[in-house]
Amino acid sequence: MSNTSTDPGASATGAPDVAVRLRGIGKTFPGVVANHDVDIDVRRGTIHAIVGENGAGKSTLMKILYGVQKPDSGTIELDGQPVVLSSPSDAIGHGVGMVFQHFMLADNLTVLENVVLGAEKLHGIGDGARTKIREISAAYGLGIEPDDLVADLGVGARQRIEILKVLYRGARIIILDEPTAVLVPQEVDELFDNLRELKAEGLAVIFISHKLDEVLSVADEVTVIRRGATVSTVPADSVTSRQLAELMVGSELPSPSTELSTVTDVEVLEVVDLHLPDARGGRPLLDGISLRIHRGEILGIAGVEGNGQAELVEAIMGMRPDATGRIELNDGDIAGWSTRERREAGIGYIPEDRHRQGLLLDAPLWENRVLGHQTREPNIAGPFIDRRGARDDTERIVREYDVRSPGIDTLARALSGGNQQKLIVGREMSSEPSLLIAAHPTRGVDVGAQAAIWDHIKRARRDGLAVLLISADLDELIGLSDTIAVLLRGRLVGTFDPGDVTPQQLGSAMTGATDEEETA
Amino acid sequence: MTGSRMTRIALALAAPALALVTAFLITSLVLILAGDDWLGVWSQILSWPTNRTMVNIVNSATVYYLSAVAVAIGFRMNLFNIGVDGQYRIASFAAAWVAGEALLPGPLNIVLALLAGMFVGAMWAGIAGLLRVTRGVSEVISTIMLNAIATAVVAYLLRKVAVREEGSNIISTKPLPEGSRIPGIPFLGGEIYGFVVIAVIVGIAYWVLLNRSRFGFDLRAAGQSESAAVASGINVKKMMLVTMLMSGAIAGLVGLPLLFGQAYAYGSTFQSGLGFAGIAIALLGRNHPIGIAIGALLFAWLDQQSNPLQILLDVSPDIVKVTQGVIVLTVVIAYEVVRRYGVRLEQRHVAAALDPQFQQKEVSA
Repeated sequence: MSNTSTDPGASATGAPDVAVRLRGIGKTFPGVVANHDVDIDVRRGTIHAIVGENGAGKSTLMKILYGVQKPDSGTIELDGQPVVLSSPSDAIGHGVGMVFQHFMLADNLTVLENVVLGAEKLHGIGDGARTKIREISAAYGLGIEPDDLVADLGVGARQRIEILKVLYRGARIIILDEPTAVLVPQEVDELFDNLRELKAEGLAVIFISHKLDEVLSVADEVTVIRRGATVSTVPADSVTSRQLAELMVGSELPSPSTELSTVTDVEVLEVVDLHLPDARGGRPLLDGISLRIHRGEILGIAGVEGNGQAELVEAIMGMRPDATGRIELNDGDIAGWSTRERREAGIGYIPEDRHRQGLLLDAPLWENRVLGHQTREPNIAGPFIDRRGARDDTERIVREYDVRSPGIDTLARALSGGNQQKLIVGREMSSEPSLLIAAHPTRGVDVGAQAAIWDHIKRARRDGLAVLLISADLDELIGLSDTIAVLLRGRLVGTFDPGDVTPQQLGSAMTGATDEEETA
Repeated sequence: MTGSRMTRIALALAAPALALVTAFLITSLVLILAGDDWLGVWSQILSWPTNRTMVNIVNSATVYYLSAVAVAIGFRMNLFNIGVDGQYRIASFAAAWVAGEALLPGPLNIVLALLAGMFVGAMWAGIAGLLRVTRGVSEVISTIMLNAIATAVVAYLLRKVAVREEGSNIISTKPLPEGSRIPGIPFLGGEIYGFVVIAVIVGIAYWVLLNRSRFGFDLRAAGQSESAAVASGINVKKMMLVTMLMSGAIAGLVGLPLLFGQAYAYGSTFQSGLGFAGIAIALLGRNHPIGIAIGALLFAWLDQQSNPLQILLDVSPDIVKVTQGVIVLTVVIAYEVVRRYGVRLEQRHVAAALDPQFQQKEVSA
């Protein structure tokens, strides 16, 4: 764990213009490795983008840099000085500021009041502060009036207030977490102009995103993070979005390759014209999705996160009452059924977020075996839970799926991510489903568990299971799937044969980079 | 395996013990600062009660127990039913009125009144449940407001159906007919409420339903993680509503030991405030039927044993309210401290129990 914590050669020769230097940063949460071996240099007067899929460890890394979380290993240097950041106020004291994706502004206060809140000692709360705000606003072209009411301002202006807030507190290093997620294209352009101003004034800007085109248009350097570690840092002008996508998702030879096709012509799942409106009135979350999966077939869904994957899964599971369209399981229409009825009809479900949706963290393993199967053998005896049956079957899952735990009375929370996931896989397979919905089945698990989970999925496929596989890991998709469909902005925009598709082709379909005319 | 179970039980007991010791210390401090005879107070409170006091303790604990179980049902589903107070008062009134009308003979009249009480309690709590499920109104807010409304509604209805005792300002419902009273059980030369039996049945039913039944599993799962419950196929909204109804039904029983065993009518002097004690006792008892029983006895003990303090030592018996209040505060903190310690302990335990390569493997992943 600590073998990368010191690297004297690298830190001693650091160029003077390096504002932030991270070396060998590692962070482990119980069961999950969020970061390891992260090395990043951010130079003054540049915009440095950090890209990676959701769950790649970007957010944890930035929380470490902002003092919210302490790294388990590695060093942080700011302007050549090693520092220990144990709280955000420490970080602010060292000139590090963060603009969060979700704004932290009080609507019913003025800009001035929001800015001075918590920083009253700097320039007071009156005219001194007002002058300072005008000064900063003018210097960086932010266009902020201190006496405007925040409630009257739009999203773009609010974001500029957040930026002004960190500048007001003396930040020389500014972290922006997915700043464009909430903006419309024109606002994005304005934001980028502001960022260029900041950079021209000699500040270091760290920009977190997974939108590759935006990153390339504004950043000077791009660091790619995958599975918690830095993959590489490249100058933005020497790389294409396609190459970045490839770095992001990995382009090594597919390791989880499936053997001979076991696809049959027996249809298990047929989805026809599935729609899901956005409750807030935006673009539909799902827009005319049609797909079919046969016995022994794995259909992989590729896509950048947030393009409708989670919604597709939840609609098929019956967790989205607004969804319209036909869903047939084994030739029966299940569109009006409840989640429980769908599960009982033979759908196994490995949810995207095992902590929130897959487990009761503070319940023992055997109760987690019952979860989602609390109406079925061997867990029940009439209206009662069959503890004997459930416990025995949990023992079996722990044995057959190699769940490493001292016993079945251990709380799920205490297990590592990989072992939690193996328990979930074992549980979902145990009722012999005809369809398995696996959302990111190996996200955040160690390599050993990943291989084991792939093996289980492949074996079930040989036995005639139909699988809907959602994954951000293209290696996994290409290796396991019989067919890959790409989801972009709630629509299926292309189908690929994993036998002859390259990660580059998928990467560009996912970002819409090559199909602008088709998706516009 | 049994080792981890033993550890868990030990940890579960550590928290209330910690809370009690803290409450003892703080109460002593208050007594010392006020210049009272703190040793004398404790020697009175901790002395063995007289038989008559013991009967009172058991009776009072019975009422507390029902109140705490009603709250605990909500807690298990992550619902905070502060409205037990209003629910039991309106339900007691309804039961007293039904029983007083004597529509059915003898024991059948008791059953009818019990059902009426549970029904009215459930409906009153159901208002909060319905608001929560359909409009997202926090049950904390709605139940506490329903408490106030219950007070007014009962006062209004009481005047409609009440009979006034000769030469008294107290108005109450028609007294229960002789045959519809629940006889006491002989105990230490006195009599405890026959309703103790019903309280015990409620405790057992609560335990079986929550810990052994499919329904209870769904309820606990929804309480632990709403998102996991939804993904597992539980209709969480329905569970919320049902939980509120059940909590209210049990709350409807809270005032009935008094009604059937002592007061025999619902009047303007009917005891109030039992619902709030129930919240404290449910917290102290960790929502466990045995834990709640111990908590109820403890609170009843403190109440009853402090009564003579005024005469013996010129100390207001209200000092035990300080103790009770501090217990509630400290027990919440103590449980959280112990819970975190337990999780850490378990994680270490898991890491240690698995092969030593486990840790390296995880880091290199």
